[in-house]
This record gives sequence, C-alpha cells and structure tokens, in this order.
Amino acid sequence: MSDEILDEITATDYKYGFTTDIESDTVPPGLNEDVIRLISEKKNEPQWMLDWRLDAYKTWLEMEEPEWSNVTYTKPDFQAVSYYSAPKQKKELGSLDEVDPELLRTFERLGISLDEQKLLSGVAMDVVVDSVSVATTFKKTLGEKGIIFCSMSEAIQEHPELVRKHLGTVVPKRDNFYAALNSAVFTDGSFCYIPKGVRCPMELSTYFRINEANTGQFERTLVIADEGSYVSYLEGCTAPSRDENQLHAAVVELVAMDDAEIKYSTVQNWYPGDAEGKGGVFNFVTKRGICERNAKISWTQVETGSAVTWKYPSCILKGDNSIGEFYSVAVTNKYQQADTGTKMIHLGKNTKSTIISKGISAGKSHNSYRGLVRVGARAENARNFSQCDSLLMGDQCGAHTFPYIEAQHPTAQIEHEATTSKIGEDQIFYCNQRGIGTEEAIALIVNGYCKDVLNQLPMEFAVEAQKLLEISLEGSVG
Amino acid sequence: MIKINNLQARVEDKEILKGINLEINPGEIHAIMGPNGSGKSTLSNVIAGREDYEVTGGSIDFEGEDLLDLNPEERAHKGIFLSFQYPVEIPGVSVSNFIKTAINESRKGRGEEPMEAREMLAKMREKTALLEMDKSYLSRSLNEGFSGGEKKRNEIFQMAMLEPKLAILDETDSGLDIDALRIVAGGVNKLRTADNAVVVITHYQRLLDYIKPDFVHVLYNGRIVKSGGPELAHELEEKGYDWIKAENA
Repeated sequence: MSDEILDEITATDYKYGFTTDIESDTVPPGLNEDVIRLISEKKNEPQWMLDWRLDAYKTWLEMEEPEWSNVTYTKPDFQAVSYYSAPKQKKELGSLDEVDPELLRTFERLGISLDEQKLLSGVAMDVVVDSVSVATTFKKTLGEKGIIFCSMSEAIQEHPELVRKHLGTVVPKRDNFYAALNSAVFTDGSFCYIPKGVRCPMELSTYFRINEANTGQFERTLVIADEGSYVSYLEGCTAPSRDENQLHAAVVELVAMDDAEIKYSTVQNWYPGDAEGKGGVFNFVTKRGICERNAKISWTQVETGSAVTWKYPSCILKGDNSIGEFYSVAVTNKYQQADTGTKMIHLGKNTKSTIISKGISAGKSHNSYRGLVRVGARAENARNFSQCDSLLMGDQCGAHTFPYIEAQHPTAQIEHEATTSKIGEDQIFYCNQRGIGTEEAIALIVNGYCKDVLNQLPMEFAVEAQKLLEISLEGSVG
Repeated sequence: MIKINNLQARVEDKEILKGINLEINPGEIHAIMGPNGSGKSTLSNVIAGREDYEVTGGSIDFEGEDLLDLNPEERAHKGIFLSFQYPVEIPGVSVSNFIKTAINESRKGRGEEPMEAREMLAKMREKTALLEMDKSYLSRSLNEGFSGGEKKRNEIFQMAMLEPKLAILDETDSGLDIDALRIVAGGVNKLRTADNAVVVITHYQRLLDYIKPDFVHVLYNGRIVKSGGPELAHELEEKGYDWIKAENA
C-alpha cells in the first residue's frame, strides 16, 4: 500500500468531538480530605461510606503511580483535576420530557436516542453524564423480577447492606494506585443486583460520557449475580474532544456467586487525541470479577479510543469448575498507546479460562497485550487457552506481547498462541480486483480478523462495534 | 472488446512489457503462453490495474474507454476479472460474505441496487453445483487453509458469480490435479457466451485440451513474438521454448 493511502486512512478525525453546553456544578480543582468530605456530603452519604473513602485516600497518599506498563505519558497533576461535576438539574426527573433537551441532542448525535432505545431495543439504559445519573429506564420491568439496576449513589442510599457487603471485595481499596484514588473520590457509576435463580430478561446497558472540561471521571461499577442467576451487561463510551488530557480511572467489580453467569461487554471510544498526539483521555481502569463454584464471567471489550489505555479485565476463578473468558479487540491509531490484556487467576479445581486478544495498530501508535495466567497450588486440572494476534497497518506503529505464566500445579494445561500480521497490499488489491474499494476492503479485512471477538457481543452492540472499527480506521480514500 | 496498443510497463526500474499489441473480441478465447519471466503475469496485473506496475507507454481500450484511467475496482465494475495465480487468504471473512460484498460493491459502482438475498443465495447454490463444490465452502474463511486446487476452484466460483466480460485466468492450471482441472475447465466452458471473452495464461498445453483457444500467443521478453491458432500450442508442447528464444535472440 502506498504511504499516501495509509496516511489518509489513518488520519480520520474523531467523529464524536463535540461538547454539550450544560450548566454544571463543579468543585474547584484539587484533592484533600475536605474535597472528599464535600463529595460525600453533596451525595448525602452515610458515615460508613465517608470513612471508607477517607481510608482509601490515606492509602492512596502512600502509593506511587505505577510505571511498569509499556506506555509513556506526562503524569496527571492530581491537584489540577476537579473531582466532582454534576449537571445542574432543577428538580427530580419523572420522564424523558423533563431531561435537558441539550442533553438529549447529545445522545441523538451519538446515535443513542433514549426514546429509540426504550421503544425499539428493549435495552434499559442508566445514562451517566459527568458522574450523575440523569435518566434510568425500565426500572419497573426489572423491579418485578427483583433486579436492582440503578446508579451507585442511589444504591448507597437504598441498598446500603448490599453495597457495604460487596464494595471493595474484588478490587480492594489498596489494590493499585488508581483503584485507591477511585475508591476515595468516585462520584457515581452503576449498581446491579440479580437475585437468586433470576435470568435478567434484557441486556443492561450504560453509556458513560465525559462532558466537563478538566473533570476527572471516576466511575464505580458493582455487579452482583446471586446464585444461579444470569446477566449480560453492556458498557459503552464516547467522549467529546478536549485539548488537555482527561483522566479516567474507573473501577468495575463483578461478583458471580455459585452457578451464576455474568457477561460484561464494553465498547470504549474516549477521545484519542488529535493527529499530532495532543490531548486525549487517560484511561486507567481496574476491572475484575470473582467466580464462585460453577460460575462464569466473560469479558468482551472493543477498545478504540483514549490516548493512553491501561486496562486488564480479570477473573479470579475461586470456585471449583468456574470459567473465565476474555475477548478483546484493541485498536490504536495516530499516537495512541494501549497496554491491555487480562489476568486469569485459577484457584479452584477444574477451572477453565480462554483469552482471545486481537490488537490492531495503525499510524504511529503502540499496542501491547499484557496477560497473566496463574494456576494456584490447589487448582487441580486447570486449563487455559490464550490466543494473542496483532495486526499492523503501515510501518510506523508497534505491536507488543507480554504473556506471563505462573503454574503451581503439575496438572495445569496452558496453551499460548500468538501471531503478527500486516494488512497486505496483496489482500487489498485482491479485494479491489473484485470490485471492493480500499476503504471497504480494510473494513472487511479488519472485521474478519476480529470476528471471534465481535461474535461474543450482543447483536445490537456488535453492529455498533463494527461501525466503530470502520470509523477508527477509515480515511478519505476514493 | 479490448484493444491493447504498444503497451509498455515496468516494475521498479525493470522494463518488463516492451510493446504489447493484442485485440480480443467478444466470444473469443485467447491463450497466452511463454517461458518464465516473459511478462505474462505482468500483463494480467497491468490490465487489472495493480499499482506496483508502472505503465510507461501505449494504451488499453476497453469497450471504447481508456482503461488506464480507471482504478482497479472501477475496472472490476466494468467487467474485468483476474483469476489470481496465488489467491490471498482473508481470515475471518467467509467466501459467501466476500462474494456478496464484491457483487454488491460492483453493482453500487454501476449505479445498480444490491442483489436480493434470495437471488444471491440461489445463484451461490447454482454456481457451487456447477463447480462441484460442497456448500460448506461458502462458510469457510476465504482461501484460509484451502488446498491449491480449492483456491483455484474458488477463483472460478467467484468468476461465475461476478459474470465478467473479460476473464483473465493466470496459471489457473498450476496446482490442480487432473480431476480438478477437468472440473475447473468445464466450469469455464459452461460460462462461455457470445458476449464474454477469456484469456488463459499458461505454461502448458494441458489446460488447452479442456479450454479450446481460438488464438494462441507466445509472449517472450516483453513482446508477443508469435500468434497462431490452437496448433501453435501443440508445437510449443513438442518443441519447448528454445526455438522461440533462438528466433528472437
């Protein structure tokens, strides 16, 4: 392929780069105990929650920002970040009609009209704009089955016993630098509880969106699937264009009790920075789930955004016969950097894990897979299969693979396969000769390459993800 | 249909085609033979519009249009098809999805509506049967893990689906056993009409026993040095290429 075509293909501008003009209630930048007290107070939290935050803050102060990942960036100035921003709403909202029309327009531009979502797809949306939930739908239908799906703030008020019991049990406060920071300052997020034996009748979906200049976004998500229950959870994000870097440090905890199954799917499209590598979101996320006996957790992610990504959705396979899965597509373009992968920690007997990772690098970007498979001393007959593929577009990007394997039981079976390939001039010409233009050819090849992962996504999400892949790599060819 | 006039082309700094003249009319089958390195594949790639080949002189007229002004996909939309000597693999893209995309992109290029799903399916059934292919072919990743023979058969399947005006078969016989050769050649013959034309590029007479050419051309050192009827292919089979080389030394 000529350099010219590649340049064009990799130079597409971010399509979701716009901001919505909504009056916001923002705390001045900086972090100290008073700010944490203020956040807690604004959210009308109980004492135990404030104490938990303050304890996390003390821990965080003693921690150092990690440097082991294969990314380079200017460390954020944590005192320059504002830790709370809520869209100002005059009163409680009863229906969509009462939602700020400006906000609704934003959703429409993103192609996620709430009305449409409500009417057509049967997807319940808990929409998070700048930390505070402004609209929650389908709560009633879910309520009839005893399913709780609400914002984290609401859960702290309405279901303190569940939050208190599980919060921080999968990702402890002191787990890592960003998890500790999140624990101290998280403003909102989603909470989901599926009661014993209940199969959640719809995909639960959350759209995250950073919408305030200079605001760090600290989401906290907790999904609890009680014994024998099932839930499929979708998380998708797009962020408006910004000049200064934005920090995003979310924590997601999944609890799958005996015989339960959680499917967690993410499409991530935060602002990646401009063509010169200026701006973009820092995405430092801790995602982890714990599986009890016969439980299953499946992570699927399509990552196309952010300037720097540092993310390892993991499974602790604690119970016997539990199953962990990780399916990932990570696309980096321009100057993006991604260091992503998973950890599969096999503790129980007969535990199984599958890792399918597809990295696509274009432009001047760097894309690393980092994965750990650990088989504990008790984990008899543990099985893992990992496949890590890298696809390169052009000759100025980088793909890296860092697999770590630690086996402490002689019966462990661990397989690792890895490939690196390039979208060849030959493949493109072959498609061209059959009447398929270069842009469509690249979309076709990339979608084929990612098929094993895209197949794991729920239907409506898969279509969106496919579109996103095309947008991320398309140019103005032809 | 196609008029090639004094065509010259090079790859990097190497002159490969040094003035090709060739005219093909609807309904005709032309065979192009010649020793390795004579420019056979270059000619097919230049007609298809591959970028690495730089045309330095001459012209190609296709149904009254200057073909050299068009990019490869536009040439495909006009009805030019190349059966590749080495078809590439595209993992994760099924044969049916690929051909569906190819047909509908070509239709779009010609300003036509996409083909109805039912019609597409019926056509795929018909053409797989024509080439004695199992239906499971359609759901396999394009050329991935295909044997040499399967790849070639898949090329002819695509040709059958796309119904080109001019099909160029670049060494379609290489890698085929005798049964596969018979099936592939049989397929090409059945697809023949009074309106389309076929160019068969080959080293050997073997394929020409099945696909009977109207004209045979010998390409040597970037030029067509001899043209004749089917008997020329037999002569080459008997005598080899040395006498051609000697005549043109």
